[in-house]
Amino acid sequence: MKVRHIVAAFGAAVLGAMGSTGGVAQVASAQDSADAADGRQVFEYWCAPCHAPGPGHPGTQSLELKYGGNLPAPLEEREDLTPEVVKTFVRQGILSMAPFRKTEITDAELEDLAAYLAQ
Amino acid sequence: MAVPPGVSESDFAAALDEFRAAVGAEWVFTSDEDVALYRDAYSPFWGEPEERVASAAVAPSTVEQVQAVVRAANARRIPLYPISTGRNLAYGGSAPVYSGSVVLDLKRMNRVIEVNEANAYALVEPGVSYFDLYNYIEERGLDVWIDPPDPGWGSVIGNALDGGGGWTAYPFRDHFGAHCGMEVVLGDGEVVRTGMGAVPNSKTWQENKWGYGPWVDGLFRQSNMGVVTKMGFWLMPRPEAYISGTVQVFNERDIIPLMETLNLLENQHVVNGSTQLGAGFGNDGAAWTLQVPIYGPEKVVRAQLEYAREKFAAIEGSRFVEEDPIRTPLSDEDRARVRLVNFGIPNLSTFAMLGRSPMQPNPPGGHIGFSPIIPRNGEELLKFRDFYRTNLAEVTGGENLGIVGPVFMTNWERSLVGLIMFPISKNASENRKIRAAFERWVELAAEQGWAEYRAPAVFQDTVAETYSFNDHALRRLRERIKDAIDPNGIISAGRYGVWPKHLRKDA
Ligand SMILES: Cc1cc2nc3c(=O)[nH]c(=O)nc-3n(C[C@H](O)[C@H](O)[C@H](O)COP(=O)(O)OP(=O)(O)OC[C@H]3O[C@@H](n4cnc5c(N)ncnc54)[C@H](O)[C@@H]3O)c2cc1C
Ligand code: HEC
Repeated sequence: MKVRHIVAAFGAAVLGAMGSTGGVAQVASAQDSADAADGRQVFEYWCAPCHAPGPGHPGTQSLELKYGGNLPAPLEEREDLTPEVVKTFVRQGILSMAPFRKTEITDAELEDLAAYLAQ
Repeated sequence: MAVPPGVSESDFAAALDEFRAAVGAEWVFTSDEDVALYRDAYSPFWGEPEERVASAAVAPSTVEQVQAVVRAANARRIPLYPISTGRNLAYGGSAPVYSGSVVLDLKRMNRVIEVNEANAYALVEPGVSYFDLYNYIEERGLDVWIDPPDPGWGSVIGNALDGGGGWTAYPFRDHFGAHCGMEVVLGDGEVVRTGMGAVPNSKTWQENKWGYGPWVDGLFRQSNMGVVTKMGFWLMPRPEAYISGTVQVFNERDIIPLMETLNLLENQHVVNGSTQLGAGFGNDGAAWTLQVPIYGPEKVVRAQLEYAREKFAAIEGSRFVEEDPIRTPLSDEDRARVRLVNFGIPNLSTFAMLGRSPMQPNPPGGHIGFSPIIPRNGEELLKFRDFYRTNLAEVTGGENLGIVGPVFMTNWERSLVGLIMFPISKNASENRKIRAAFERWVELAAEQGWAEYRAPAVFQDTVAETYSFNDHALRRLRERIKDAIDPNGIISAGRYGVWPKHLRKDA
């Protein structure tokens, strides 16, 4: 079971830090082994506005209806996500979620993000 | 790999090599998979031959790199399409207007250059999103607000350049109107600074909008005259309080005095917030409901609201409900209940309108809007509403296409927007019907003297047709300017209906 209350607490600080560097820290190369901790920062910046738990998050709201309670609506609580699934949705998009370009989320960042959501 | 129309494969290959030399090979995208990321997810032509698609993308991180890319493109007449954050969903996403253009993706130019608290302004690069600017300000505890549009991930510059708007006080929510000073790379690679920025060692680039001599900034709004690499914006000093009242009127024609009173209060700048007009909803029997928010020092906004209440009271039978002022910075409780963009806090909650809901378990995914500007008076508003009702059946062929309208938007000063919304899916036969309906609304509205202020990329020509006074004198003027400053027509061909010489219909 993944308990992630700390994420909410860290969120503001992480976002603040990224404001100053203007984006998620660049990871040296895609070959580096994926780092779930860095992936959490990518999630906080790019995904949490739609996929965090609670109201005001359209991805979560939509997934609540899609799965009708059979799977948790917030992505961070999902046990079934594999890195491949995450990467496919991020680069292909789904419904109103437009895909993310490599200038937004690099391949290396996507590896981290996928590792974070799949862990 | 796709090649831009009219460009030889060898010229394109040579240009791509120069782009790589300028920005680094990893920031030039040519594989089908990478270029597909620039498709417009809400394209009304999704998957059809007419969908607007890029041939490649290049992502510089400095002004010098932008210049190098533009010069290389100009030398070989490669069409470029600059985007800032490229989240222009509902208006074209990150796809070019002219298929085969190379997208010049400025997302990596993401520096907040300055936020000045004392005189409330910011200077930013194109890749800075509303989230980024907000975070920068929060992190430093600066006492100024930004004005985000509903989607917080957009670019402060890109949104302003497309004619976007937000939801706090006037004049800040008119994003292009709130800008002060630009830096632009022209089609030949030359860098220009506008306003006071043209003075070497200028100290007031972000503090005086007009500078000296003919003002050129407007040339870069909804346009293709250059690549904007920096832009200043005036910010709102954090208002001490927000107060809001709700007026209800109970007869349909009460909309006439209601709009008259609203206009007076707004034109006096007594009401400065983004007002919201609702038609006939609720079970309170109100024909129209108007919310009038006011920002400022608490003592002052209380007095302003009192004045507004007196003015609205002159409408017979009207009701006025005053809300308690909300103080800033927001308490956690207030933060959880307010609409965040009204408090300068960027977020993405707006996408809920496109998500699954009990009423729409399988939503189409995207949407577009037709937003004609109409006069801000009750008679005209009723006329637009009747126009919508009268023509809906004809426009849709009697089918329920999921079109929603009209929503009256009072967010711009002095005029109204009569918004009609259309669902966009990935289903070509559905989208075909929506396109026909959209184009028909444009024509019908134009017959009444109503025309749009911002349009999805694929309808920019259609809408430009309606601005035809004196045999399109305005378009011809723009074309003359375009030909003079971008003679090879490399930048954003076709954007907002302005085509370079070689691509015009009469070419
Ligand atoms: C649900 C929903 C709600 C929305 N709500 C709002 C809203 O409240 N307010 C609003 O304004 N919009 C709204 N939009 C429309 C749109 O999503 C936003 O306006 C968004 O900010 C535009 O994308 P962007 O900021 O990434 O701009 P970009 O995509 O970067 O730029 C927009 C266009 O401007 C031009 N451009 C950009 N940068 C440059 C440059 N540096 N030099 C030259 N040309 C350039 C390009 O032609 C580009 O296509 C909404 C859309 C949706 C789907
Ligand atoms: C603009 C809001 C928005 C953003 C930002 C966003 N998403 Fe989504 N996401 C959605 C919506 C809406 C859906 C569709 C839900 C549905 O099918 O009901 C979705 C679906 C998904 C799914 C599919 C889940 C499933 O089981 O069907 C995944 C995986 C996903 N998103 C991952 C991400 C990741 C990772 C990010 C950050 C890089 C992200 N999303 C950012 C709105 C968003």
